[in-house]
Amino acid sequence: MMSVSVEFRRRGALEIADAVKLYDPDGARILAVDHCSLTIPAGEICMVVGPSGCGKTTLLNAIAGFHGLDSGAITLDGTILCGPSQRLAPIGSDRVVVFQNGALFPWKTNLENVAFGPIVQKRLNKKQAHEKAWRLMADAGLAGYEHKYPGELSSGLQRRVEIVRALINDPAVLLLDEPYRALDALSKSVMHEALLETYYRTGVTIFFITHDLEEAIFLGHRVVVMTSRPCRPKQIFEIDIPHPRDYGVLTSPRFRELAAEISAAVDEEAAKSFALGEKEG
Amino acid sequence: MMSLPGTLAMPSANPERQWHRFSPRVLLDPSARRAVIAVAAVCIFWQLGATSRGWLGFSLPVIGAIPAPDAVAAAWVKLIHDPGYWQSWEQSFLRVALGFAAATSVGVPFGLALATNSTFRGFAFPVFELLRPIPPLAWVPAAIIFWPTQELSIDFVIFLGGFYTMVLNVLGGAETIDARLIQAARSMGASRWNIFRRLILPGVLPSIGVGMEVAIGITWEVVVAAEMISGGGSGSATSSSGGLGFFIWNSYVGGSYPNIIVGMISIGIAGYLSSAVVRRCVARLTPWLRRPR
Repeated sequence: MMSVSVEFRRRGALEIADAVKLYDPDGARILAVDHCSLTIPAGEICMVVGPSGCGKTTLLNAIAGFHGLDSGAITLDGTILCGPSQRLAPIGSDRVVVFQNGALFPWKTNLENVAFGPIVQKRLNKKQAHEKAWRLMADAGLAGYEHKYPGELSSGLQRRVEIVRALINDPAVLLLDEPYRALDALSKSVMHEALLETYYRTGVTIFFITHDLEEAIFLGHRVVVMTSRPCRPKQIFEIDIPHPRDYGVLTSPRFRELAAEISAAVDEEAAKSFALGEKEG
Repeated sequence: MMSLPGTLAMPSANPERQWHRFSPRVLLDPSARRAVIAVAAVCIFWQLGATSRGWLGFSLPVIGAIPAPDAVAAAWVKLIHDPGYWQSWEQSFLRVALGFAAATSVGVPFGLALATNSTFRGFAFPVFELLRPIPPLAWVPAAIIFWPTQELSIDFVIFLGGFYTMVLNVLGGAETIDARLIQAARSMGASRWNIFRRLILPGVLPSIGVGMEVAIGITWEVVVAAEMISGGGSGSATSSSGGLGFFIWNSYVGGSYPNIIVGMISIGIAGYLSSAVVRRCVARLTPWLRRPR
């Protein structure tokens, strides 16, 4: 079932062990992530769903190295990113983040955006980086947009550029934080198929945060439902719909079954979170 | 954001959006036509008001005391052949250019340092905020005392006029840079220097542009006043080489009232020209803002 990628993919195994993260904004100690453990095998698309503000993004930020953990450890391919001796993971291009509302550099053309990583890491010179970026953009169906600025593209295309910009760094894990939240349903479905297409080509491990259950089931090998704050896996669903998938699966009986099960689990947490009056985040 | 005819044409990338170069046809453009009509209307109104004694029998208040456009035009025609008048232009332009260049080249790094270094900001910002409310013109007497030449004291006052605006704009611009862009750059392996050069710097460019556009206007305000107060600086020995501000003051003292108006309009034109140049440079520096969003 995960067959397509795992064979050629040996990188990107992510292990979160007993992660704890406290927030202390005004002396009010808030537990954002509480004893959260999750193992993501290399080449898996792991979809994380949970109520708003439950701490999913905190977890993602800890993996990316934007925030440290208070205890616990995160390991990538056997290397400890953060643990007892080092609370903050180093920020690295092996774990590139694609943000909710996009973070393309508006003053760079799409090609320059994509070529950014290899250039600043001095892995390629400018010409080589541009050539590689050109190739990857063509592969992703972005030919013709190379010399336009991100502001000239629709948000769907921008998100696609951003994913190519992440992939050019050959990351072990792609960290996606609700990348398609702002898109309309039609662009979303196009983006989903494009992302899967990219995944089938690269087999990159994907850690994908979303609120959209259909998105989660359609894309993921597994869907992890998180508890309302503090965040920890409540229930993990194996999505036993074979890859490669296309939009036909949305109407399959198995898909509807899974949707009903997962929705029940999520609704319970959403109700709790709503009762607490949590803010979006 | 650009609306000037004849703006630099973009390289091939976007041919349909090239700006047409200036030609008489531009007058068919509605906004150009409206501009011409408006200026003409003001001139007619001014002519009628200024000559009100002749056709009304009494002088209208304020406008009746102003020299009429035909008198001003006649004075101007005479001045066009007077090298002293052009020297005034040159002098003021040089002062503005110098003060503006100094304000930009000191203000931008200073603003960037304030924005990126919190220790420096802790020391420098309070001092900056204490000095900022002092109007540049209040510095004139002090500047005359502590700068060795009159010329330098005028330049200094002009510099101050642009400096505060530049610093505040750079500072504000740096604060509006989205933190996620910086996180994204870091996650792609950018060093601190790369983040400064490839993110902060281009990120504040639009604000530097706004600062420059405001500052060039302020420098013209300041240069004129500084020239009036200081008596025109080094060139004041000859009556008409102390800059346009001094030219106006001198015309007032000498009683040649049409020349006052000529001086004023000259400053209007000079200010407009320098703003146009600055706007063009800014548009060139920030090509991503010129494209349709």
